[in-house]
Amino acid sequence: MLRLERVRKTFNKGTANEVRALDGVDLELAEGSWTVVIGTNGSGKSTLQGAVSGTFALDAGRIVVAGRDVTSWPEHRRATLVGRVFQDPFAGTAPELTVAENMALASNRRNLRSLLPLSTRARRDEWRALLRRIGLGLEDRLDDPIGLLSGGQRQAITLLMATLTRPRVLLLDEHTAALDPRSAELVIGLTEALVRESRSTTLMVTHSMQQAATLGDRLIAMHRGRVYLDVSGADKRTLGEGDLLALFSQMRRDDAFDDEACGLVRGQYR
Amino acid sequence: MSLLVATLAVGLVFAVLALGIYLSFRVYQIPDITADGSFPLGAAVTARMLKEGADPWTATLAGVLSGALAGMATGFIHTRFKVNAILSGILVMTALYSVNLRVMGSSNLPITRGTLFTPLEETATEWLGRETTLLGRPVPASDLGLLAGTLAAAMLVAVALSAFLRTELGTTMRATGDNARMVRALGTSTDRMIVLGLALSNALVAFAGSLFAQMQLFADAQMGIGVIVFGLASVIIGSTLVGPVRSVSLGIAGAIMGAVLFRLLVAIAIRLGLDANDLKLVTAVVVLGAIVGPGWLRGLGRGRAKHAGGDAAHGKRGGHASA
Repeated sequence: MLRLERVRKTFNKGTANEVRALDGVDLELAEGSWTVVIGTNGSGKSTLQGAVSGTFALDAGRIVVAGRDVTSWPEHRRATLVGRVFQDPFAGTAPELTVAENMALASNRRNLRSLLPLSTRARRDEWRALLRRIGLGLEDRLDDPIGLLSGGQRQAITLLMATLTRPRVLLLDEHTAALDPRSAELVIGLTEALVRESRSTTLMVTHSMQQAATLGDRLIAMHRGRVYLDVSGADKRTLGEGDLLALFSQMRRDDAFDDEACGLVRGQYR
Repeated sequence: MSLLVATLAVGLVFAVLALGIYLSFRVYQIPDITADGSFPLGAAVTARMLKEGADPWTATLAGVLSGALAGMATGFIHTRFKVNAILSGILVMTALYSVNLRVMGSSNLPITRGTLFTPLEETATEWLGRETTLLGRPVPASDLGLLAGTLAAAMLVAVALSAFLRTELGTTMRATGDNARMVRALGTSTDRMIVLGLALSNALVAFAGSLFAQMQLFADAQMGIGVIVFGLASVIIGSTLVGPVRSVSLGIAGAIMGAVLFRLLVAIAIRLGLDANDLKLVTAVVVLGAIVGPGWLRGLGRGRAKHAGGDAAHGKRGGHASA
């Protein structure tokens, strides 16, 4: 369903800030699967999402979504196949537009926008029913500017909007990291329900070891722009938070060893 | 009285201009200086077409389309070559100065044939005679015809723009200015939206230029200077009038009221002895004041409140020490 082939990306190439964010990533996600991605800071887990959504051009490699090579597609074109929820809870909605206007734009993803009015009564009823599921009384606020809502409310709506057209691939980029614990819990509950219903192939980046242990059917740990660990099936189900914490200290030890080794080598040649 | 009627008519033409600026500045947050070139472009194209014998409707339409092309040029330079939006506007505005001279063949071009307003002026004269009285003062009937024409144009543009901004396309344009990343994530090219929006904005500005030329019966290469600042003044004064609301129709109504009010204020100021040469300076100061003023006043209020709070705390501490 989603395939990454030898994907490479280096930011700020040739400068002091050069970051090798993706260093030859090969990954294939099965249709309808839910993969959770964890990793240390700068490990390339967010860059992985950018590579799929098309926010930047790859240095090398290919991205295939639903059998189509989308490597050269611009970001907006990929959006017809890929739904996204960002870490920033305000990034997925336009604050000056009403809740209904935001949902209308999400329900009809295309580049050519028509001169027809946005919402019909039938569509409004449909959105109201969806909003009722969030359980925060948002169904009565269809005509309020969405900027009046809280971060948690907006992130929940963004999630609805991202899955409204049942995209082939759903990208969740630490989408609860900036929320308070209660909102995060609400959004995670909604995520579980919507991922199941939309049957979108889901790639979710998270900082939360608890989420990584309990959600999804496959877990990938990224480290230094590569896939460090890839667990699925029964191994994934038995994986606990403790195992993940151990994994992180192991990755950090590797880092420390690398630095130490560099220091030693440097000493030798001085 | 005749002065008031003429001022209102000019104000309504500038209301059309203000709606164009509303689109680029309020919807896209781009103060698009292309307007300084597309306003005289609309005028020049219309004047030239009238000179060549075109009927007023065709001549006006050609003026509007030329403005749309100018806006597309700015949008294209900005989105395709990633040139800063304001610099893109400056480039196109500068280029248009030469284009306008070419179109007119000289630095100004008089209009000697019938305009869009001619039938209205004739009808008004037919109904009311050469001169009529309004509030006890004599007014040429043709001025009332002119006023009716500009009122119709401004209302038409206002209604059409507010309906347009509610369609799927118009809403996507508003979303582009509000959160471009979201629009791309929802499948629409923001580049295309920006090119289309600037085309529409400059089409309206050129329409205003075309009407203005048909009203004063000539087009002039210099007539665009400061048009953007005048439009910004109208939009900003308008948003002060209607308050900090997000509704599209109120924003549009505000821009129209702002343009007419500002034009009236200018007429009064000149009547009271303001040197017309100082007008642009005063306009710029008014715009700066309208942008900076509210925040500065709030800051002043906060500063005073803080100061008062500090005094209170100080007093308390003082009391404690003495006790």
